[in-house]
Amino acid sequence: MSSQTPARPREVLSADDVRRALTRIAHEIAERNHGTEALVVVGLQRGGVWIAHELAGNLAAIGNAEVPVGLLDVSFHRDDVGIRPIVPGSVTDIPVNLDGHAVVLVDDVLFTGRTVRAALEALNDYGRPRSVQLAVIVDRGHRELPIRPDYVGKNLPTSRDEDVQVTADGVTIA
Amino acid sequence: MKHLLSIGDLSVADIQRLMELTDHMAEVNQRPIPKVPALRGKTVVNLFFEDSTRTRTSFDTAAKRLSADTMNFAVASSSVNKGESLRDTIETIAAMGADAFVVRHKSSGAALQITNWTSAAVVNAGDGWHQHPTQALLDCYTIRVGLGRRDGFDGLRIAIVGDIKHSRVARSDVQAFTALGAQVTLVAPPTLLPPSLDGWPVDVSHDLDSVIGDLDVLYLLRVQRERMDEALLPSMREYSTMYGLTPRRAAALSPHTLVMHPGPMNRGVEMAVDPADLPGSMILHQVSNGVAVRMAVLFHLLGSGSDLRGEA
Repeated sequence: MSSQTPARPREVLSADDVRRALTRIAHEIAERNHGTEALVVVGLQRGGVWIAHELAGNLAAIGNAEVPVGLLDVSFHRDDVGIRPIVPGSVTDIPVNLDGHAVVLVDDVLFTGRTVRAALEALNDYGRPRSVQLAVIVDRGHRELPIRPDYVGKNLPTSRDEDVQVTADGVTIA
Repeated sequence: MKHLLSIGDLSVADIQRLMELTDHMAEVNQRPIPKVPALRGKTVVNLFFEDSTRTRTSFDTAAKRLSADTMNFAVASSSVNKGESLRDTIETIAAMGADAFVVRHKSSGAALQITNWTSAAVVNAGDGWHQHPTQALLDCYTIRVGLGRRDGFDGLRIAIVGDIKHSRVARSDVQAFTALGAQVTLVAPPTLLPPSLDGWPVDVSHDLDSVIGDLDVLYLLRVQRERMDEALLPSMREYSTMYGLTPRRAAALSPHTLVMHPGPMNRGVEMAVDPADLPGSMILHQVSNGVAVRMAVLFHLLGSGSDLRGEA
């Protein structure tokens, strides 16, 4: 989760580790769904967007077919509207009707699960997917809702006040 | 930002931020199910002391798309006197539990006055000749999208034509358009211009034909029939000849010129062509953008959890 840049961030995954994790997750997605047909990769604004594009690229290479990428902003579905400001410039864009598709929700860090809950509710507005799966680079624990990821780059035990940053250059904790 | 009373209360950054939030709302309105739970549990009261079905419906739709509850009060202006009774009305409804009042009133300053009597947010939906800020915001949004001007209106040439003197739309639009950098020309007969234009950063013309070929936006105001009774206009027909968008004038417009009108329009008077025949007609876009802009305003006042001027 992003807040202040910490004084001395510790690297947990290198850029190569992140790249390998994304390759592995793409293969796991293809295995679980028996291919890449009828898949839609939906990145959560904003941390999940670049990851969704990476995963879709990997899946396209595996399945030899384009995998559509959607972007989802959950600001209006959050349970803390009125507490958190919404960030402009991250408009939702779902390019296909989700009816009958398998949706892979993608985010950088899974923490309390509240963002994912909001995302599940927001997805309802775009159709009725056959299934919704969750892929994250880091699962840092501290869930407040009964939500678990289907694909994980790394399980990372953290304390609540630590800050986890995920970019294509790697994962740091501080 | 606690209330939205006047465009003059907003900085350029405030206007731009509301435009960006409107992008989100426009996307919501495109969804198969155009409704989000953002303002669940909030109550928006539409309090219209002057009749305006379209503005009231637009606010009502905006609130419902954000899952707010709405109450609609249409109060005939004749039955309400200013002062204590307006105050009683507000305090009574506020006691039922209101998070926002959307107020239309024939007296300039009514919305501002109401802020003294309630802790709820107040949105001015038109007060006398003074202001109609959400109309100006929806007009800005329509131009921003219609001409692809996300970063502002620098260099845009906009003519506002018609009854400037009695128009809160014109006052609000002039402030918003010029704040964003547009060059605004007011086109009207001298009887329909305010007695003084000191402090208005605009040009004035009495001749529509001399400006029409060189415009990015042609904004037509509604002409009200009572202006004829007040002898400010000789006849509707003469007005149309001098200031209406006739087929001849429509042919003189640049192909990219947007034609706008706040509605409801008088066909055959200020709009003397069928707007369906105008490629640049934005009139129905203005209506749908109005819902999105009002969603953005309500969300900002009730739901965003941050001051409009604050950091995102």
